[in-house]
Parts: sequence; C-alpha cells; structure tokens
Amino acid sequence: MSIETEVLWLDEHRVVSLRELVEISGLSEAELLELVNSGALPVRDIAGGGYSFSARVVTVARTACRLRDDFDLDTRGLGVALKLLERVRDLEEEIVRLRAQMPGS
Amino acid sequence: MKYTDYYSALGVERGASADEIKKAYRRLAQKYHPDVSKEPGAEKRFKEVAEAYQTLKDPEKRAAYDALGSRPQGEEFRPPPDWTRQHGGANSERFSFDDADFADLFSRFGARGAMPGEDFEVPVEISIEDAFRGTTLSLSLSMPEYDATGKLRRVPHSVKARIAAGAVDGQRLRLPGKGGKGFQGGRDGDLYLDISLKPHRLYRATGHDLYLDLPLSPSEAALGATLEIPTLAGPVSLKVPAGTSSDRKLRLSGRGLPKPRGGAGDLFAVARIVVPGELSERERELYGQLAENSSFEPRRHFRGEET
Repeated sequence: MSIETEVLWLDEHRVVSLRELVEISGLSEAELLELVNSGALPVRDIAGGGYSFSARVVTVARTACRLRDDFDLDTRGLGVALKLLERVRDLEEEIVRLRAQMPGS
Repeated sequence: MKYTDYYSALGVERGASADEIKKAYRRLAQKYHPDVSKEPGAEKRFKEVAEAYQTLKDPEKRAAYDALGSRPQGEEFRPPPDWTRQHGGANSERFSFDDADFADLFSRFGARGAMPGEDFEVPVEISIEDAFRGTTLSLSLSMPEYDATGKLRRVPHSVKARIAAGAVDGQRLRLPGKGGKGFQGGRDGDLYLDISLKPHRLYRATGHDLYLDLPLSPSEAALGATLEIPTLAGPVSLKVPAGTSSDRKLRLSGRGLPKPRGGAGDLFAVARIVVPGELSERERELYGQLAENSSFEPRRHFRGEET
C-alpha cells in the first residue's frame, strides 16, 4: 500500500537548524562549523548562539559528506571542493539560461 | 544472487595490497564520481567501484569476500552454508539470501547496535505542464530491509509524493523516513528526489522563466502585429511592436512557471524572423519593389557607421 507522504522542499524558503543539518547530512557539528567558517556553507542566521541555514544547503552538506567519505577529504579540502562545485553549478545555470534564449531546433 | 567481481571492478589483482586497492579506487572515483563527472554511465560505474572498495578496504570484509572464492562476473550463486557462520559475525543469523543483492551481503557486515537506514537519491523527470500545475508522483523502489524475523531481503516500496506547482529544474525534495529502514532501532533513512524538467516542444525553462520562439514573417516584424501566443494557462494576445528584429525578447509578465510561495516567472517570446522557402510570382514582384524602394541598410556597421 502506498500512502501520500510528506514532501519537504529544499529551497531558500525553508530553514534548518544546525542540529537538523547534522542529522540529515551525515557531517558532524564541528565539520559543519568549519565549513561555515571557511565560507563554503552559507549561514542564514545566527541567533542566540544557534545557527540556522536555508534548506538549500542540505544538498551542499550531503555532497560534502559524500566527498569526505568517497575521497577521504579533510574539511579544508572539502571547503575548496564545495566552492569549486558551486562555481561549476553557477556556470551550468548560466549555460542553461543562455541556451534557453537560443533558437530551438 | 549474482556474483560481483570486486577486484575486476577496481582493475586490480586478487592479491593486491591495501595501498594498491586504495590507489585504484581513488583513480576511478576521481573519474566517475557523480559530483564531479558528467560522463554518461559515470554514476553506475562509480556505484560499482564504491561497492567494491567498501568491501575490499576492510580486512574483515575482504577476508569474507575472498572466502566466497573466485567466480565469473554475474554468475548465479549462493554463499556456502557455513560461510555466514564463519563470516557473518553478529548478524550471522540474519542472512537470508532470498531476494537479497550481492552488495547486501557486505553492506551491514559486522554491524552492531542501532544504525540509521540508508538514504536514497532518485532522479525524477516531470513535464513543464506538471511543474506548472503540480503533480503526484508514484515511485516504485526496491530497498534492502530486515523483516520481523531479522532476515535481510529486498522489499519493493511504493511511494506517492505530491509535488506542488512551482518545481524547477534542479529542485531537490526530501521525503523524511522514506529511505531504507533503520537497523535495530536506528532511524529510517530519507528519500531525496532530484527534479528535472523534460524537454518541451515549445518552451525552454530557466528557473521559473520560460522562453518561446516566436516566428514572425518579415511584414509582421516590420509593420507590427497582434498575435495569439500559447501559454501554459492558455492562449493570450501579444502586441508585436513595429520594427521588431530577430532575437528581440517580448516579455509576458507572470506567464512563466509559478513560484512555490506565490508569484510566477515570466514568459519571453523571442522574435525569429522567417522567410518562405519559395515565393509566388506576386510575392517575388512585391519583394522586388520593396528592395528597389527601401533605403534600409542592415550592414552599415560594416563600414563603421551606426545602424
């Protein structure tokens, strides 16, 4: 039997706490904070000592966890890899935007 | 189940050292890792490589794997009766080989205590119309799971998920607890959906904006026209200004894809001036008259003059 299930959008409108991000990303709190400090993981808000993030970063943090496990990367290496992947993503989005304006076949 | 040759997946000899196995894995992981490679089939290849490495990097798992003997890749087989007793550790009673994959033999090998269920990531393609209206997806997945008697088996899962209007290409969705079952009280894994939009015969999407080619005849482009434009919500009227050149973008505000929290992207009709492949005698005559009488010079800038 299949029951319609809860669907959470991982977009900028949804907020996740540091604790949630630890639970769903597979990274430790220390690793996440190091990525925050290196600028690889954008924080949405720091209130009362608690960090909160846009749910978009769930995908980024899960990618970081995969890269850590698959390549044995330390947090510094992860920070560099994430920033480069973000640049690649931005460029890919730009290509899609430009292609959309080109004549279709 | 089908035998998988992990040494061949990594391209190393059976007697390879731990260091050789690690080097081979790193080389292949860099080539095929789904976060890095866009090669066709890279993700499948990476999964094979990662599965092989997860087993061969662990001396205990590797010894258990080696004890299965060397067989041709893909050969149908069952582990010998005494294999799980010797190598299954704490889970030796939990292996049932019915409906289990080869990878399942080693995935929780030696696991003790609560372990969270596996997260799954599934790519899903939806149409632009579905992104516009919203849709309900029915997914059929197969996940490794321990049943009530502790036997490991692949269980078919059906998941129904309502995708509200407003999803765009690259949108990620999380379905909490819909991944693999947790082990010995561990939490259930999550299911992630990676949404992409199918190519559409008319529209090209970028974020919530849509682009549509708008073919115009030379006279429509020169004189202007009021045209009917297809939008996802139905046809609308668009005034094409006189003197419209190719590539000019005419914006239909709010006629793109809806945004999840209200509002919508825009639809851009991009002017493409097209001419008939063949002209009737009368058309040829009229175009000839136009050419003789027109002072329009589209290539003035070749001479350094402003157009």
